Amino acid sequence: MLSRTASTLYWMSRYVERAENTARILDVAYRMSLLTKDPDLQDQEWFAPLNITGTLFPFSGRHSIVCAKEVLHFMALDPDNPSSIYNCAKQARENARAVRGSITSEMWEVLNATWLEMQNMDEDRLYARGISTFFEWVKERSHLFRGVTFGTIRRDEAFQFHRLGTYMERADNTARILDVKYHVLLPSITDVGGAVDYYQWSAVLRSVSAFESYRKVYRDTVSPLRIAELLILRDDIPRSLHFCLRDVYKILVDVQNRNSAEATRQAGEIYAALQFGRMSDIFNTGLHEYLTDFLASTDKLGAEINRSFFAPELQVAS
Amino acid sequence: MALKPFYNEMYAEDGSVRPQYAAFADWLNNTPPEKIAQNRQAADLLFHRVGITFAVYGETTGTERLIPFDIVPHVIPGRKWEEMARGLTQRISALNAFLHDVYHEQNILKAGKVPADKVLENSQFRPEMMHVNVPGGIYAHVAGIDLVKDADGEYYVLEDNLRTPSGVSYLLENRKMMMRLFPELFAAQTIRPVDHYPDLLLETLRNAAPIGVDNPTIVLMTPGHFNSAYFEHAFLAQQMGIELVEGIDLFVQDDTVFMRTTQGPQKVDVIYRRIDDDFIDPLAFRSDSMLGVPGLMKAYRAGRVTLANAVGTGIADDKSLYPYVPDMIRFYLGEEPILKNVHTWMLGRKEDLDYVIANMQDLVIKEAQGSGGYGMLVGPTSTKDERERYKQRVLDAPERFIAQPTLSLSTCPTFTDKGLAPRHIDLRPYVLSGKSVNFVPGGLTRVALREGSLVVNSSQGGGVKDTWIVD
Repeated sequence: MLSRTASTLYWMSRYVERAENTARILDVAYRMSLLTKDPDLQDQEWFAPLNITGTLFPFSGRHSIVCAKEVLHFMALDPDNPSSIYNCAKQARENARAVRGSITSEMWEVLNATWLEMQNMDEDRLYARGISTFFEWVKERSHLFRGVTFGTIRRDEAFQFHRLGTYMERADNTARILDVKYHVLLPSITDVGGAVDYYQWSAVLRSVSAFESYRKVYRDTVSPLRIAELLILRDDIPRSLHFCLRDVYKILVDVQNRNSAEATRQAGEIYAALQFGRMSDIFNTGLHEYLTDFLASTDKLGAEINRSFFAPELQVAS
Repeated sequence: MALKPFYNEMYAEDGSVRPQYAAFADWLNNTPPEKIAQNRQAADLLFHRVGITFAVYGETTGTERLIPFDIVPHVIPGRKWEEMARGLTQRISALNAFLHDVYHEQNILKAGKVPADKVLENSQFRPEMMHVNVPGGIYAHVAGIDLVKDADGEYYVLEDNLRTPSGVSYLLENRKMMMRLFPELFAAQTIRPVDHYPDLLLETLRNAAPIGVDNPTIVLMTPGHFNSAYFEHAFLAQQMGIELVEGIDLFVQDDTVFMRTTQGPQKVDVIYRRIDDDFIDPLAFRSDSMLGVPGLMKAYRAGRVTLANAVGTGIADDKSLYPYVPDMIRFYLGEEPILKNVHTWMLGRKEDLDYVIANMQDLVIKEAQGSGGYGMLVGPTSTKDERERYKQRVLDAPERFIAQPTLSLSTCPTFTDKGLAPRHIDLRPYVLSGKSVNFVPGGLTRVALREGSLVVNSSQGGGVKDTWIVD
């Protein structure tokens, strides 16, 4: 497959996944802000999405105060914010357009239709429709795209690079959600949660669709340590770091070429650490430090993937 | 000059429905207007969702528009099509023979049938192609021959497109749409299918591979996704299961073309290129081209890769050579032309120039090397002022212009804001040349949506229709 095509597919999937996760993050912020009547605390909740996506700085450059309406607009609809849901939908569609020959017509139609509808979305329509309804719609479009992809595409390299993008982005997003929420929720691991905390923790789980899994796995009340375990070390939770990195590693083994040994090695190293890691060690390191390290190593892996597959050496082997 | 009444494709002079339209007319008469409106809306929505758009030059970058689609088909009886098909085969065979000849012995120039200076001094003539042997002697693998029907009901060739003719994806999508909207009409009569076009094209490209290559790697080369026909490039690549490449995806080493893939460089044998000669190789042609592949022309001349269409086909579809096509048919094939040429005045000739200047209000004047319907004067619908300004342009460089009588293009009923009304149409069949000449029945019907307009180009407010060959 063409290097440019592989790269475009990879980014197409990253944008779809990013749109979905941004919707999840905003939905949690919205639900949490409903739990308190104190307007200051309500606004506090809206810091989280900005922290998670690393957009607090660009946002504060243009907005004086953080409040629901502003954050929502900035992260969902703002054409000038490169990681807004609006722009993710646009970029996913643009990338799909550039590789239309390598994806199925059905995949293209989903992304094209999503973008056409997104273009008609403005603040008035967003509120008229209901904020949660909008987030549901974004998630559903992403689910639809995933389903259509799995149901229609040949299991070739295009499929592999599509999945590689999905899992790289998801691993990044789950790590960020955990990092910010833990920071907010739990100054110390021994803190005993009150009723509000319970809702906050369950909101974290819901944001990654893992609340029901948590109950099934632990059959117990929600505790922060287990939430972290579920989302970092469990290999059967589709949004956990372990799950994502296992697939990243396996895909890299499948698509390997003459230049990609280092990418495979790095992915294998991160995967092994998750496979054999212990929660107690992670907490001894400090969860924030652990997640910061994780994000740095997946960033590095992303650069290595780019070097080995998307910008390959130009010379013919002699 | 009074115009003859237009030939209406659906209704005869006495108002009766022509036999080939019987089934559609029935449907039209027996279907409530709401249902018809519903079908038209459904078509619009589907085209939008599928993303069948084209970019418009001269508007803000990235503007995408839907090409207007009309649900009234252009219907042609099967026996008439057979005759047209023979004419198209004859014409494209002569044009390919002409291309081979002008880039080799130049017999037709020596015989004085085509003036040598018209060829050798033409900017479309590529000296780089002299004595280059292309596989099978085929230059124009894919051609779009534009046909119009005059008031007398005869078909005329308006122009030949032998470089990178576009539009075939609309032909295919229009048919898909019509089968979705009117399954009952397809069940009630035999409408010849067109869906196998990608197969025919792939076969044509495989046959064009350099000698000794058994299982060629074929790619479709596009200028990129800002090109107006990008949708079509992607569509055809997907339908044929070949890679859609841009210049940056290819490189040349030791006169061999490779594409950059995730598994390292892969050799390329046939390039179906949808990019003009000028841009394919910055080392050979325009050095400022960012779209091309350095060294491609050298690899091509060495016979290591096939370009379809060949470089230099522009010399055979240039409007200044168009008047000589009937003579080419006689010269190479020893046959009389089946399809007629439109009478053409060449303004480089003193007597033609004088006649045209005196009769501007009756004629269509255009640049010999223009395309897309830009820069032409349609005499009968022009103002005195426009004619005066155009006259100045012509007199500055008369040899760059040709003129033709204003044809009474046939009309076909078309849905407009005010209901069904006649609009002018033309027809572009796509002709594939390989071991034999192939095509799918019919072609792309283009319709001028503005009342009275004769310009059918999509960039100038034209729309499209499905074309039915019925038996």
